[in-house]
Amino acid sequence: MKLGRVIGRVVSTKKHATLEGLKLLLVQPVDENGKDSGAAIVAFDTVRAGVGDRVFFEGGKEAAQANPNGWFTPADAAIIGMVDSVNVAGSGPKALS
Amino acid sequence: MILAQVVGNVVATVKHRDYAGCTILVVQPVDPEGKPKGKSFLAVDGAQAGEGDRVLVLDEGGSARVILGNDKMVTIRAVVAAIVDRVDREVQ
Repeated sequence: MKLGRVIGRVVSTKKHATLEGLKLLLVQPVDENGKDSGAAIVAFDTVRAGVGDRVFFEGGKEAAQANPNGWFTPADAAIIGMVDSVNVAGSGPKALS
Repeated sequence: MILAQVVGNVVATVKHRDYAGCTILVVQPVDPEGKPKGKSFLAVDGAQAGEGDRVLVLDEGGSARVILGNDKMVTIRAVVAAIVDRVDREVQ
């Protein structure tokens, strides 16, 4: 699971039938301090997130199984929750990058 | 399995139903000496860990379901499985 920030939407008209009805969002991964961390990815939404929301997302098979409206969705990233707050005291180790 | 240190937690009211009641921790991977290595990520707590604890994190869904004891939680992949007392490194 990673933290991210929704920075946009992805619109696709012609797509595989199993992707019908999915809301695809552009997510910028961030670290626990809110700083960008790596390249933006596309994830489908399960929590009615929107642009500007801080979220967390999961990848892999677990994402494919996260769609409440279907057993298996061919996707490798799913937004799982909306972040209210991240509590970090600052005493722990910090990555240099 | 990944050695990591818990650096915080995430509060989320709106989340996927599989995550209801789960504590979500921010974990920073560390090397055997405890120095940070790589990027932090999130994991569900399965060991009553808290901030500052050195922990063992699994990033594999089948194991996460065993640790959390609920095979219906099919969307959880990363889980804190143990609190590390110490690491004895014998070969440098």
